[in-house]
Amino acid sequence: MNNMIIGKYVPGDSLIHRLDPRTKLLLMFIYVFIVFLANNEWTYGVLTFFTCALLFLSRIKLSFIIKGLKPVLWVIVFTFLLHVLFTKEGNIVFQWLGIEVYDKAIQQGAFISLRFLLLIVVTTLLTLTTTPIEVTDGMESLLSPLKKWNIPVHELALMMSISLRFIPTLMEETEKIMKAQMARGVDFASGPLSERMKAMTALLVPLFISAFKRAEELAVAMEVRGYRGGNGRTKWRELTWRGIDTAFMILLGFLAIVLWLLRS
Amino acid sequence: MDIVFRDVEHRYQINTPFEKRALYDIHMDIRNGSYVAVVGHTGSGKSTLLQHLNGLLQPTKGTVHLGKYTITAGKKEKHLKSLRKKVGIVFQFPEHQLFEETVEKDICFGPMNFGMSEQEAKARVGEWLALVGLPEEVRHKSPFALSGGQMRRVAIAGVLAMNPEVLVLDEPTAGLDPRGRKEMMDMFAQLQRRKGMTIVLVTHSMEEAARYADDIIVMHQGTIVRRGAPEHIFRHVDDLIGLGLDVPETVLFQRAIEQKFGVQFHAPCLTIEDVIKNLQTLFTRVKRI
Repeated sequence: MNNMIIGKYVPGDSLIHRLDPRTKLLLMFIYVFIVFLANNEWTYGVLTFFTCALLFLSRIKLSFIIKGLKPVLWVIVFTFLLHVLFTKEGNIVFQWLGIEVYDKAIQQGAFISLRFLLLIVVTTLLTLTTTPIEVTDGMESLLSPLKKWNIPVHELALMMSISLRFIPTLMEETEKIMKAQMARGVDFASGPLSERMKAMTALLVPLFISAFKRAEELAVAMEVRGYRGGNGRTKWRELTWRGIDTAFMILLGFLAIVLWLLRS
Repeated sequence: MDIVFRDVEHRYQINTPFEKRALYDIHMDIRNGSYVAVVGHTGSGKSTLLQHLNGLLQPTKGTVHLGKYTITAGKKEKHLKSLRKKVGIVFQFPEHQLFEETVEKDICFGPMNFGMSEQEAKARVGEWLALVGLPEEVRHKSPFALSGGQMRRVAIAGVLAMNPEVLVLDEPTAGLDPRGRKEMMDMFAQLQRRKGMTIVLVTHSMEEAARYADDIIVMHQGTIVRRGAPEHIFRHVDDLIGLGLDVPETVLFQRAIEQKFGVQFHAPCLTIEDVIKNLQTLFTRVKRI
């Protein structure tokens, strides 16, 4: 569990850390689309270079990211194999036990797994360099035009920040309860299915009870402090859009143009 | 069972940017049948230390010997389950671990996991309820219908039901009223005296440590800084305050008296009874003069 880095935040003071969260959100959102522009060696090369540059600028240790992406790596390898085995285009590269592998298949498999990897790296980079609070603030600010159509943007952002805020708390709680039940002889890792179902009840019932209690306490604590929704509420952390943010958006525009020109 | 720690270190989230050394340089021996209190400021590593007592955490360096079990850093231990039967841990706020529909079922959960038959476990529920001072009527109630203090007792009964040789208690009286506290602490002391259970108590209450423990371990920033009998530990008041710890009220009172009257009691007063005894001798001395 501790090895998963998706959704984790690593404190730092790099250029990427200091970008406005809105920039990073937009960057990620647009990136997800322009990844699909790439369709040959050149375009994938440019994309990979851009992504590596972002990684470098974030000053997060490469080994840390590689270790954290290990669980996802299997999915990528699987995707690659699927393409290699089932695409039948181009020339046959080799045959073995009735399995025919085509050169186009290898190429396509490599591209698609690379696309997948790039997407994961960029989205992970967003959460690695942005605190959850910043992410929700950015979301709220980006979505605020929707208020015109009576969409409760503030409430949605609040829900999101509360759920993000309580992930570590609930994880901690889960670990605590697991340990307490393990001390009472529960084996979560092995044993027959019926035993393990029972073990899950011993974990989930206390977890739900404490989550409900916590929710109620939080609601009371918020009301006591005069919380009454988003209208007229000011922010302590105000987002500031700086020159570097504009620069990044322009850079992204260039990237899109370059990809458009280079694609075949 | 004797407990021996040799050069134990524990790091959380090793090899990540979040790596944190929670324990280091731990050498300690806990004799079979003794009552040891572990005290220390929040974050001093007490909770990490006690999770090593039944293999919930494994050391990242060094060895832990628990009776015939040995847990060495880096080696997978297979007999954890039988070890866990022998070392019962009552975590902080143990009432959070309750989950069954009835008190009876919850208490039987532990012993049945360790192979006791349902009939035997059920037959002995009364005994365990009595042990923690709960009335027989609660047996068929839902544990969630009970008061906080009663829930705590049910949870503790659930651990005692495993009949462990070592009982590890992480602040078992936090949040209880004074009477509940005393009853509970007296019950643990009895278990030690009558059944020869080894007790390891983690506490913030220096009064409890002073009154009940034979031996006190003082932890600070991940390691053991003092170890000794209460009379010895509480002789160095400023020392403890320097470590961010409290001193029993009785010791502070004694110190005030000693300074005011220019006298010296021969040992720290660990309980109110000690204070009374010492004051009586002081008064008779004063009267004679």
